Amino acid sequence: MIEELRKKAEELLKNDTVKVVFGYGEGSVPERTRPVFITKPEDVNKLTWNKYCVYNLTTYLKRQETRKLGKPALILKGCDARTIIVLLKECQIKREDVYIIGVTCDGVGDPLAEKCKACDVHTPLIYDDLVGEKRENKEVPFEERYAELDEYEKLGEKEKWEFWQKQFEKCIKCYACSNICPLCFCDRCIVEKNQPQWIDPSAHARGNLSWNVTRAYHLAGRCINCEECQRVCPVDIPLNLLNKKLAKEAERSFNYRPGYNIDDELAMSTYKEDDEQEFFK
Amino acid sequence: MSETKFEPKIIAFLCNWCTYAGADLAGTGRKEYQANVRIIKLPCTGGIDPLFLIKAFERGADGILVSGCHPGDCHYNSGNYHARRRWNVFRPLLEFCGINPDRIQFSWISAAEGGKWVETINGIVDAVRELGPFESYQKLNTIGPEVSVSGGATAASSETG
Repeated sequence: MIEELRKKAEELLKNDTVKVVFGYGEGSVPERTRPVFITKPEDVNKLTWNKYCVYNLTTYLKRQETRKLGKPALILKGCDARTIIVLLKECQIKREDVYIIGVTCDGVGDPLAEKCKACDVHTPLIYDDLVGEKRENKEVPFEERYAELDEYEKLGEKEKWEFWQKQFEKCIKCYACSNICPLCFCDRCIVEKNQPQWIDPSAHARGNLSWNVTRAYHLAGRCINCEECQRVCPVDIPLNLLNKKLAKEAERSFNYRPGYNIDDELAMSTYKEDDEQEFFK
Repeated sequence: MSETKFEPKIIAFLCNWCTYAGADLAGTGRKEYQANVRIIKLPCTGGIDPLFLIKAFERGADGILVSGCHPGDCHYNSGNYHARRRWNVFRPLLEFCGINPDRIQFSWISAAEGGKWVETINGIVDAVRELGPFESYQKLNTIGPEVSVSGGATAASSETG
């Protein structure tokens, strides 16, 4: 599969279909990979593929320094390819501006990443070329997909509050979560705006709550569960629980899952007249 | 707190066209309701960012009411529908973080429903009075509370302390 990937990348660079290939390269230790940006056909041997390729490379579509390199080809797993569908829907990229080398995947990480446990996109839903043997995408039942939330939803109000305060108080406001997120693409984040200052920039408990709630809320109906925010968090806040909770609510209330169908309307920019409203007086 | 009776601070975000006019009607109709509510008038519920609600709590609110036009009545046609979608996900998120959903209430009150306004306000004031001051939020540590949170927090901490 690695050979196939390299051959494909070489071909694309040689015939000038793309200017750069975003892929995975070997890391400093065998259990790690790092993103590589191949611009010359002779460098394609730097590309690799293994179960440690957990990252979501679509995040580099929003960075100035990688945008400058020209039209990219991206090596994307099924989950990562869902990001592309959301970005297309939100008019952040044009389909013709990216070339997608889809890879089929049986799960990454060692131990297996949480996101892979209920995976239903072993074969990407959108790609220009597919590398690897095609797998069947079996849908996982709703309960199973959000099973991780059960133990937290069961907690009482006070326990929930204490659990999250304990998590949020660790936050150092490094913003790694939003920097890595492929869908946090605002040039100027709300947290950087200070007239008025909506979110306190100091890393104190009150500001941390505002920040973490707002970050999660801005991904409501958009997050594709790549878990990158949680992976990069230097203080190990289980951020993806918040994202997952919002995804669950969006699916339950609007019957919408981001990144599956390019024809679906975006959950938060549309409405239905019969949306749930029992909590309205 | 044990000596002075706790009076909840309720912030109400109202749409200009329906609920604000409804509250006005309650006033011109000389209806009485509990005086715990501070009204903030906005053009439309569709323009209410969830950050407004977070900010209100940061500044010492014990409860929040968001109220606008009934579905189908929006002055801008669809603002309240969009708002409804927003609260459909935001409310469970706050609940997941351990905030009692009774502290954030939503309602549709038209310009003709002065009576409903009175009932709604009395309802939320009673509910929040029962819950007590939102101490868990107000006690969240801040560095330099005078700078980051003015009046609200200091008043709240002197009340609770």
